[in-house]
Amino acid sequence: MANYEWFPRQRNYQLERSKENLPAEIASNHPLKGIGVVELKHAEKRGTSNKASTPVNKNASSGDPLSTSSKSSFVDPLSASMGVSLDGSDPLSQMAAESEALAKKTRSLSLKENTGNDLLDETFEPWSAKKAGILTKYTTSEKLSITTSFLSAQDKEKAVIKAQTTATVTDKVKNRLEQLDDFEEGSVQKMLNLSQQDYVKRIDELNQALINAWEHDQRVKALKIAIQVGKLVYDRLKEKAQYYPPGSGVPVKLPDNFTPDQVPDSAKETCRNWFFKIASIRELIPRFYVEAALLKSYSFLKTGEYEEALQRLCIMTRGIGDPLVAVYCRCYLSRVGILVSPRTTGHLMPCFEDFLVSYTQLQTDSVQNILAMQKLEMPNALLLNSIISAFKPEYIAVRSMQFIEMIKECEDTGFPKHLLHRTLGLCLVMASPPEDQKLTVLNEVWKAVMKLKNPVDYIGCAEVWIEYVVMHFGKREVNTILADIIKHMTPDRAFEDFYPQLQSVVIKILSHIHDFSVLFALKEAVRVEVCKSIMEAFIKYQSEVTNDPVIINALMFICKTMHDSVNALTLEDEKKLISNLISGFINKISFGRDFEQQLSFYVECRSSFSNLDIVLVQLIQNVNNLSIETRKVVKGNHSRKTGNFVRACAAYCFITIPSLQSILTQLQLYLMSGQVALLNQCCSQVCLILYDMYFSITADAFFKAAISVIPDVPRNVELEGKTRSSEPLLTEYLYNFISTLLVVPDNPDSGVLYLLRGLLNILQNYNWEPNSDAKILIYTRVLAMLSASCQEKYIYHVDKVDSNDSMYGSDPKFINEVNSICSTLLDEILNHLKTLAQSENFRRQGILALELFNTIICHSDLEKQQLFNLATNLWGLAQKHGQIDVKQMVSIIKLIE
Amino acid sequence: MATVDLKLKKVNKVYREGELVTGVVVVQSKGELQHQAYSTDKLYIRNSKAWKVTLGSLLSKDLQKQCEFIVEYKDQEEHSKPKPVQFTITPDTLTNVKEKQNIPKFKVKGKLDSSNMCINKPLTGELVVESCASPIKSIEIQLVRVETCGCAEGYAKDATEIQNIQIADGNVVRGVAIPIYMIFPRLFTCPTLSTNNFKVEFEINIVLVFQDDHLVTENFPIKLTRF
Repeated sequence: MANYEWFPRQRNYQLERSKENLPAEIASNHPLKGIGVVELKHAEKRGTSNKASTPVNKNASSGDPLSTSSKSSFVDPLSASMGVSLDGSDPLSQMAAESEALAKKTRSLSLKENTGNDLLDETFEPWSAKKAGILTKYTTSEKLSITTSFLSAQDKEKAVIKAQTTATVTDKVKNRLEQLDDFEEGSVQKMLNLSQQDYVKRIDELNQALINAWEHDQRVKALKIAIQVGKLVYDRLKEKAQYYPPGSGVPVKLPDNFTPDQVPDSAKETCRNWFFKIASIRELIPRFYVEAALLKSYSFLKTGEYEEALQRLCIMTRGIGDPLVAVYCRCYLSRVGILVSPRTTGHLMPCFEDFLVSYTQLQTDSVQNILAMQKLEMPNALLLNSIISAFKPEYIAVRSMQFIEMIKECEDTGFPKHLLHRTLGLCLVMASPPEDQKLTVLNEVWKAVMKLKNPVDYIGCAEVWIEYVVMHFGKREVNTILADIIKHMTPDRAFEDFYPQLQSVVIKILSHIHDFSVLFALKEAVRVEVCKSIMEAFIKYQSEVTNDPVIINALMFICKTMHDSVNALTLEDEKKLISNLISGFINKISFGRDFEQQLSFYVECRSSFSNLDIVLVQLIQNVNNLSIETRKVVKGNHSRKTGNFVRACAAYCFITIPSLQSILTQLQLYLMSGQVALLNQCCSQVCLILYDMYFSITADAFFKAAISVIPDVPRNVELEGKTRSSEPLLTEYLYNFISTLLVVPDNPDSGVLYLLRGLLNILQNYNWEPNSDAKILIYTRVLAMLSASCQEKYIYHVDKVDSNDSMYGSDPKFINEVNSICSTLLDEILNHLKTLAQSENFRRQGILALELFNTIICHSDLEKQQLFNLATNLWGLAQKHGQIDVKQMVSIIKLIE
Repeated sequence: MATVDLKLKKVNKVYREGELVTGVVVVQSKGELQHQAYSTDKLYIRNSKAWKVTLGSLLSKDLQKQCEFIVEYKDQEEHSKPKPVQFTITPDTLTNVKEKQNIPKFKVKGKLDSSNMCINKPLTGELVVESCASPIKSIEIQLVRVETCGCAEGYAKDATEIQNIQIADGNVVRGVAIPIYMIFPRLFTCPTLSTNNFKVEFEINIVLVFQDDHLVTENFPIKLTRF
């Protein structure tokens, strides 16, 4: 095939660009306006719902020390009773529900307002919040059993209900008696081996039965069920439903906050009747529970009844022998009390005192026997621990010395002392002991902690106490403690097991000492892990850049430690993590406008972290950034000084890049740094030409270096854990590279298009993958670039840098030179196309032909017959085998038209 | 003697089915009132009156209906005066025990706030188990009604337990005051009554049940009054 000559088309980029623009139309209204309004509404809605939910959250989060104790030590089976639905048909139940809601409302209101005369202090934690926690915490795989007589009573109910329709008084009495009989006859059934879920289900059924019974006017049955259920220690939830009873006597709705005067006598009588009935329940525990459950109904009788009743019920619990059952009762009472009358607290302290008294019961034989059977020990320490963890930290803190004494005296059996110390520590972290005791407390505790041999115990304590130390003392104490920790952790490399704890130690220190200068005065065990957490914390907390020399120095030290820990065996991820941390650190350091110092900092970093590619890349990026910043500051007009500085930056990059391991990264960075250097060449007109030349060389140098590195690009690269051919990457890179070359002015010392020639040479000899068209594709791009370089005015420029267009001014010599290169390339391409004539390569051939066709159409002068013919041939070639995407073809045709 | 009179508004009217018979019930009591409100299976003494309503019916036959009713009256009687009772129960205080050595050592102290009580007010008091060698199963308070009938042949005495309230369940803490609290059942109690040949009296039993189901009872007579 004859040699084709290339004739680039003359293009007026501005004209073309203006043609590409779509006709503009003035927009009269904002298309997003309507949507904006809708969104606003949404936002408002969300806002209100948030508001509503805040008090709840508050409740949930606030930890009442007393109630936490109940969480940790008592399981109240009553919890399930919370699920009782109050949607009964009679008005009173609704009323009860309403007033309950009202009470809740007032409570949340008071919580919101936080006024002094709150019904409850804000630390009050509602039962509902506890319940879920308890149910999830205490699960049992044991089998439970219920003994009742009415589980199978469903069939009997029907008959009774039928009889109920005739509602004369005598019939009613008769019915009730019948009901009684039914129960007496009803065989007592035992349900054994129930799982927890089954059990809860069963309880719910009973609950439902109770409600049903009530709704069907079978009052006696309801009470019977209640009593029956009450007999079962575990079934106490039933009583909740008994809120209904006296309501039947109230004919009309009462206002929500009615007074006893408003209640008609008949209702009072009914109510009193209920209480009389309850009072005659023989067994203590059922009586207690039923009455407690009905407590609310006292409001029908007279005001102020609650207090009395609560106190009576409270001392009633003294009669309960089983300490656990008694505690349940007291818990329930406290709960009910707070529900019906939040202001009444008189019963709470006696309750608690009684509980303390019952503690001695634990020493009795029977309990000890049970404990022995369950292989538990019940030393005083357990109680102490509960007290410390449950009481208000302020309270504990004030008496911290006493507690320490008590801890000392505890015999160290069963409940380990270090847990006590730990709990105490947690307390003291939340509230400070009196000023004068702080040190004594620490000394006493630490004396004990120091003696702990087991590293697990030790670190558990240390972890908690370090926070105390950090909060209240200076660096000397912190140092001492840390030294002690190190001493304990070093033997047998124990620290290896306790990284999380050590980290938490450091994190705790960090969370309190935000002044990093103090922090770094600490002489600590510079374990890499610890360093890491320091760095993490630093990056997290240091939201602003800093230039404090102390911090920098210390962090440099830490970073160096991390860096030095990297060796051949280090995992890739580990390396990455460390690199990222260091990069984060570097990014945080800024000297403001003192660019020189910044650069010298980067220089220092480079020398320190030379093993970590990522860090080096970061450094190069930062230096490039720096020179761009400089350019911005001088607004593109470099003075001699800034020019020098920018050059120094470029030099920095130039020196640093070759030390990177990844060739591809090197290439990318070369390109980028080259571009930056080009950009900074702006001083050419203003500054001395000599500098300019030097500069140009530097930019050239980058590109030269890039070109020289290309042959070293490995065939395959590891990318995201997979081996991939580097070719696509390289191709992409080269496309970019070539477009950059367009604006790079030729070095007067070298020949025309010196860099491009070099690149082409390298490409020619590069070890391409077999059966690859990458080279040809690149050639087509080079063709395009060359055509562009023949234009009178280039399509893009670097600000204040003269590219070849102004340097050569479309000198025919230059154009000829370019054209000759083009022709050579064209030859190359066509030859290559020919080699693809085999059938299996048709597709590739087609693609390449089309690619070339495109280039010719766009960039060459089609008025030259020769090129036109070539284009036609290529079109034919591309179509010949019909393996090219038709759509693409069609769009190309459209383009031509 | 008290009388109960029914005074109908229209005495000579012929009432038809569904019509309301209106009138007043007049209870007159002169002197000591002897009929108290209580009922029992043993002695069929009732405060109820059989009142005859003569219906001038066409059949000119009298119809009879008995109906129980309860009369509460105004504050006239003497008020109960508090009379506290202190008690201590130990094996030594027990009577009619044959083998004292079988009884575990124990000491229960306590008091009743009063042995004279108003029937409307609860029985209150407290009880402390100071020591007890064997575990306690339960402590209960029994309310017992003692009815005595005198006649020519002698006395017939009959005691009925009418209410039993458990005040302690299980082996209670030693040295803690356990409350005694009992509301008198309205239908089964009446003020203490004592006449020549008929008496209705009440007693309280404090019952200690030990783990082995042996029990110790201490008896306290009480006097109930209407007010």
